[in-house]
Amino acid sequence: MAVPKRKMSRSNTRSRRAQWKTAAPSLIACPQCRELKLPHTACPTCGTYNRRQVVTPSA
Amino acid sequence: MPTPTKGRRMGGSAAHQQHMLANLATALFEHGKITTTQARARRLRPVAERLITFAKRGDLHARRQVLTVVTDKTVVKTLFDEIGPSYASRDGGYTRITKVGMRKGDSAPMAVIELVREEAAARPQRRRARRGQQAAGQRSGAAAQAAEAEATEAAATAAEAEATEATATETEAEAQVTEVVAEVGPTSEAAAEQSDTADATEAEAGSDEADAK
Repeated sequence: MAVPKRKMSRSNTRSRRAQWKTAAPSLIACPQCRELKLPHTACPTCGTYNRRQVVTPSA
Repeated sequence: MPTPTKGRRMGGSAAHQQHMLANLATALFEHGKITTTQARARRLRPVAERLITFAKRGDLHARRQVLTVVTDKTVVKTLFDEIGPSYASRDGGYTRITKVGMRKGDSAPMAVIELVREEAAARPQRRRARRGQQAAGQRSGAAAQAAEAEATEAAATAAEAEATEATATETEAEAQVTEVVAEVGPTSEAAAEQSDTADATEAEAGSDEADAK
C-alpha cells in the first residue's frame, strides 16, 4: 500500500488549514416580527412563514 | 407504488424506504401535520398526494390499493371519509412543505409537511369576452405596441382600471390608424395576427394580476 514518505511539516499543515473559512449566513428580516431569520424558512422566533403560523416557537 | 426514485434509497434499502414512507404517510394522515427532515418530506409528498387521489376516487378498489401502503384501517377510514372529500375542489397540491431550520442534534435541515386546509382559489378566467373588442380597436403595429405597453401597466392596477385604460388605448389606436394606414396599409391578415398576439399578452397580464390578488 502506498504511504507518505515524509512527515507533513507544521508549516504545510497550517498553510492548508488556513483556507478553511466560514461564511456568515445571509439573513433577512421576518415580515411578521422583524427578527432576522434564514430566507425561505419559517421564522424561529414567531413561528410564521408567509404570515402563516407553521410551528409554535420554542420560548 | 410510485416509480423507483433515482439515486440512493433513503434508510439504506428499498424496503426500508418503502416502510418509512408508508409510516410517514400514515402519520401525516393521522395528524394532518408532521415535522421531519427536508429530504424525507420531499420524498413523502408524491406518495401522500397519490394516496389522496385514491381517496378522492373513493371506490373499493382504490381503498384496497391504499391499504397496501397505509395498513392502519382507522387512518384509511379518515382518509377516505374526511380528507379525500375535502379536496374535491382542489386538483393536486394537497400538501405543503415549509422549511423550519436545522435540528439541534445533528444540524439536519427540518421541514413541516402538512395537509393544505385552505379552500382552493377559483381558476383564472379566460378573457374571451374582451377579444372581440380588442380586435376592433387594433389595426396597425404601432397600435398593438401601445396596447401592450398599456396592458403591462394596467396589470399593476385593479381590473376595473385596466378595463377603462384598455378602452382608452382603443380610442388612441383608432386615432393612430388614420395616420399609419397611409404609410403602411396593412392587410387584413396582418392585422388579425397582430391583434392575436396582443390578446395573448393581454391574457398573460390578466392571469398575472389574478395571481397577485
